[in-house]
Amino acid sequence: MDIQEYKGIYVFIQQVDGQVAGVSHELLGKAKELAKDMETEVTAVLLGYHVSGLCKDLASYGADKIIMVDNKDLELYSTKPYAYCMCHIIEKYKPAVVLYGATAIGRDLAPRVAARVRTGLTADCTKLDVADDGTKNLRMTRPAFGGNIMATIICPDYRPQMATVRPGVMQKIKPIDGASAPTDSIDMEIPASEKDVQILEVIKKESQKMDIQDAKILVSGGRGMGCPENFKLLENLADAIGGTVSSSRACVDAGWVEKDIQVGQTGKTVRPNLYLACGISGAIQHLAGMEESDVIVAINKDEGAPMFEVADFGVVGDALKVLPLLTEEVKKAMAARK
Amino acid sequence: MNIVVCIKQVPNTNEVKLDPKTGTLIREGVPSIINPDDKAGLEAALRLKDAKGAHITVLSMGPPQADAALREALAMGADDAVLVTDRAFGGADTWATAYTIAAALKTMDYDLIITGRQAIDGDTAQVGPQISENLNLTNISYAEDIKVEGDSVIVKRQFEDRYHIIKAKMPCLITALSELNEPRYMTPGGIFDAYQKEIKVITRKDLDVDDSCLGLKGSPTHVVKTFTKSAKAAGTVVNNLNPQEAAEYILEKLREKFII
Amino acid sequence: MDFQLSKEHEMARTLFRDFAEKEIKPYAQDVDENERFPKEALEKFRQYGFMGIPYPKEMGGQGCDTLTYAMCVEEVAKVCCTSSTMLSAHTSLCTWPIYKYGTAEQKEKYIPKLTSGEWLGAFGLTEPNAGTDSSAQQTKAVLDGDHYVINGSKIFITNAGYADVYVIFAMTDKSAGNHGITAFIVEKDFPGFSIGKKEKKMGIRGSATCELIFENCIVPKENLLGQEGKGFVVAMTTLDGGRIGIAAQALGLAEGALNETVKYVKERKQFGRPLSKFQNTQFEIADMYTKIQAAQLLLYKAAVAKDHQKSVSLEAAEAKLYCATVAMDVTTRCVQLHGGYGYTREYPVERMMRDAKITEIYEGTSEVQKMVISKYALK
Repeated sequence: MDIQEYKGIYVFIQQVDGQVAGVSHELLGKAKELAKDMETEVTAVLLGYHVSGLCKDLASYGADKIIMVDNKDLELYSTKPYAYCMCHIIEKYKPAVVLYGATAIGRDLAPRVAARVRTGLTADCTKLDVADDGTKNLRMTRPAFGGNIMATIICPDYRPQMATVRPGVMQKIKPIDGASAPTDSIDMEIPASEKDVQILEVIKKESQKMDIQDAKILVSGGRGMGCPENFKLLENLADAIGGTVSSSRACVDAGWVEKDIQVGQTGKTVRPNLYLACGISGAIQHLAGMEESDVIVAINKDEGAPMFEVADFGVVGDALKVLPLLTEEVKKAMAARK
Repeated sequence: MNIVVCIKQVPNTNEVKLDPKTGTLIREGVPSIINPDDKAGLEAALRLKDAKGAHITVLSMGPPQADAALREALAMGADDAVLVTDRAFGGADTWATAYTIAAALKTMDYDLIITGRQAIDGDTAQVGPQISENLNLTNISYAEDIKVEGDSVIVKRQFEDRYHIIKAKMPCLITALSELNEPRYMTPGGIFDAYQKEIKVITRKDLDVDDSCLGLKGSPTHVVKTFTKSAKAAGTVVNNLNPQEAAEYILEKLREKFII
Repeated sequence: MDFQLSKEHEMARTLFRDFAEKEIKPYAQDVDENERFPKEALEKFRQYGFMGIPYPKEMGGQGCDTLTYAMCVEEVAKVCCTSSTMLSAHTSLCTWPIYKYGTAEQKEKYIPKLTSGEWLGAFGLTEPNAGTDSSAQQTKAVLDGDHYVINGSKIFITNAGYADVYVIFAMTDKSAGNHGITAFIVEKDFPGFSIGKKEKKMGIRGSATCELIFENCIVPKENLLGQEGKGFVVAMTTLDGGRIGIAAQALGLAEGALNETVKYVKERKQFGRPLSKFQNTQFEIADMYTKIQAAQLLLYKAAVAKDHQKSVSLEAAEAKLYCATVAMDVTTRCVQLHGGYGYTREYPVERMMRDAKITEIYEGTSEVQKMVISKYALK
């Protein structure tokens, strides 16, 4: 393999129902940064059916070029047809880097592709940069051991260098108005042998709450909330301050709240402007998912709680007592502003 | 029906702690467990066995100590166990691991292969789909429910905001989520029986593989550095406020930060 | 001599510990607080074969040894003494005498149902006027054709009301003292058998402890256990095994209390540092830790002996005496280390201290154990 033949940074654009996933925008933003260091371009790879309308959006988030496969067989995500297209594109265009969101789609597709093209894949990266040793290798950094350690990984001898990247970690760019990018639309016949599953039904999950990864303010509760009923206190504050309720793993495991609001290593990574941790001791797995938040405020009875070590401001006290009063104070402050 | 369940022995990362002085991982005394997603996969297989009858083989690739994880699986009700172990396999990344496990699976009979979605030490979720690629099998990841109907499986496949109900013909590979079920306990008698059983050991010489694809040197990815995250500068913690004062204090700080 | 547990035993311990933490502990406080029978524990014990650990697989058991059974009781007692009482009375006091002394027909009828846990077992020896002195039994059994007619009552009977099968003792020949005692297998539906008053107790408050009443109770002749007049031997050998169960329970209590206390003294701060940094705490913990180790060795020795020796009277008595003493001592000291909190029901050591007391009393008081031991020591 002549690795010099491989050029460009490709981003797999995840779209579901014609909606581009936030992480794909984030990856375009990150790819743009990396492209500068690698002196190359960013290509968005768009797979789906009736998706040409998304090209403009991709250009505005930083794609220099777009490769699109518009095919009825790609309407719903399914592993082998998607892997078939990605492998075909990789073989044809020889990208140096391919990035995927570390989502339920990206984490299924990318390994299958990596196994087929015989290259390395680094999962769930939280940091990407370019080696300054002249190789311009992609340095992929990810947490391991439940967030206890970080590892930086390279893929020096194989191409493309592939990574899945955790949603919510990279920054999207401010959309560029009126940007456009040349689009290479490929006609591809997907062989019957690749269409190996039947999707009998699509069931949408019920909760239509704001995704905690999109929230600017998170009011988060842990075991110290005592019981599921006390989450009402968090909701009240969240309503007053314009935030969203999230939770630690303990409360999910206890069945108090749904898994989709769990922050942490096995939940979601968040970086809101404000993370208010109420009765969360701050196990390392939890901290791994929220410590990049801009401002962290902690309320906890135990002054030895590790959460206080990452908090910008901490109050030693009973969250159940402080929360209602804080909610009142916030309401007053909000009313005064109007 | 022959089901092979791939399991990994992992340190219980919930109990992994950092040495505050050196910042390194303290692994001593940390108990090893069957990776939770894998255990759910095993439970799913055991339920299929309970309902329809099946022969379950558990397979683990790892050092000789992985024997304990396999015995535990036998004590839960698996029929046979295979340990894939060799110095030549050491240091493998997901690509080389999947290549090796797939080679071992080629020597076995299976209708259905179940792996966990991901292991709690590596969290990659890659080995399952990569095994299926090596075996040219259909794979269905993130299974929250598994049913068998005739020669097909019907799987409830989880995504962030939806499920797909997917039907696929066997043989195929499914990766299981720990949400799938609540794994059963071993039985006391099952433990003693498990230690009477022979665990089949597969080494390099038993496999038709290319040495350049094995272990550390067969791995496309290399770890160049591991480190612990540097702690951010300590904030302010106040300890002597009553709830009302605490609420006012927090509000004032939020104002300072222009959040309110 | 090898003090290393086998891999099987290590794995069994992991199983019991995990199981107790997840399945039993969540109910422990409620069971005590509301003095209610631990029905969740019974259901789970059944499901995983815990009701028949030391009995052969052919009879529905798990085919494990006494040590495995003792470890199960120990691990369960660490989190809920009441649940371990139920398990121990069932396994040691009801299943065992039928397994040991029963006829082929009796074993076939009762053992599989008991080892699977489909039926719960109990044991009735104690009477209002016959505690340690079992020869003072007043319950009488009279043969009448193809059945016995039993009259009298038993008190302090564990699992009473919930059990399906009771091994009970009655006088068939009052004049013969201990040699007039006979054992019977009584089913809960036998005519003339009923459950009396339930005791309100200091500890193991969820355990059903009741009176058994026999009013012209009809027991078929084939339910005679062993031989007429040999009931005393049945009772004493059964209690030898039972004492291993109680010793395991006592040990578990001590370990459970110490675990809670280690956690507490690391968290609790006074004078600006955790209690664990004070030398008094360290010495207390060290002392308790050592006693627990010693107790465990005595217990495990007795448990292993049970499977290899004809009689374990001495080993069982030693283990029960020492483990019970350690349980009372350790739980009391653990409450002390908790200070005021230890006296409240917010912390489990309060319950553990109340539970510990019974281990010095039932299945032979500590004084009875000393009688047994001194007989050997003074030989």
